[in-house]
Amino acid sequence: MATVELRFSALPEHVRTARLVAAAVARRAGVDEAVLDEVRLAVGEACSRAVGLHRSGGVPAPVKVLLTEEGKQFSIEVGDEARHAPYHPGDAPGAVDEAEAEEDEMGLAVISGLVDDVEVSAGEHGGLIKMTWPTMPPPTAALP
Amino acid sequence: MDLSLSTRTVGDRTVVEVGGEIDVYTAPKLREQLVELVNDGNFHLVVDMEGVDFLDSTGLGVLVGGLKRVRAHEGSLRLVCNQERILKIFRITGLTKVFPIHTTVDEAVAATD
Repeated sequence: MATVELRFSALPEHVRTARLVAAAVARRAGVDEAVLDEVRLAVGEACSRAVGLHRSGGVPAPVKVLLTEEGKQFSIEVGDEARHAPYHPGDAPGAVDEAEAEEDEMGLAVISGLVDDVEVSAGEHGGLIKMTWPTMPPPTAALP
Repeated sequence: MDLSLSTRTVGDRTVVEVGGEIDVYTAPKLREQLVELVNDGNFHLVVDMEGVDFLDSTGLGVLVGGLKRVRAHEGSLRLVCNQERILKIFRITGLTKVFPIHTTVDEAVAATD
């Protein structure tokens, strides 16, 4: 089970909330302070993308964010329920809205530039971006 | 935190001071501001990002859109930014090659190349 699970209506104003929650849980899980900015940005990009996909696809379902602390890792999964048509560069023009696809790619470019461990999957029933960061062991308490 | 915008004129340049968070929710406000400036005939823009706490790809998209608009009028769009975490986003998307990025507003206003 996820440590913290968040579902929000696919509205741009809620993306900030998701960023704040993700950063707070990441900090608690022991993700390095220096990396928290990246966590915040990456989860914001993934959620913005999901919101955009739900809105353009007319999907009424909420966007789902799973924050999981497991062993020495902290992972964030952002799931959407939009139908992802397979897209290949060179497809007939008009297959995918060009501006939208461009924005989508910029978001993914930021995520892959920021996060070393990222998996992007998509199918007929939705897509998932999973990002994982290492956590630092808590400092050992000094014995008196 | 929300987005704050204020504009002032310095010589033939229009300086847009941006503060707060530029994300999927607030970026449309910045887009409107840039569109309005260009429609009013301000083609040499300096966007001061020193007060920006957060910038995502939606914000980058708006800046690129602004650049396209001013270029259509032989104009310019320069950025002022010293914050490493913001600069990093320009770097990983390759946009440091697209935008002239300055360390001070004075430098951006004086730049002519």
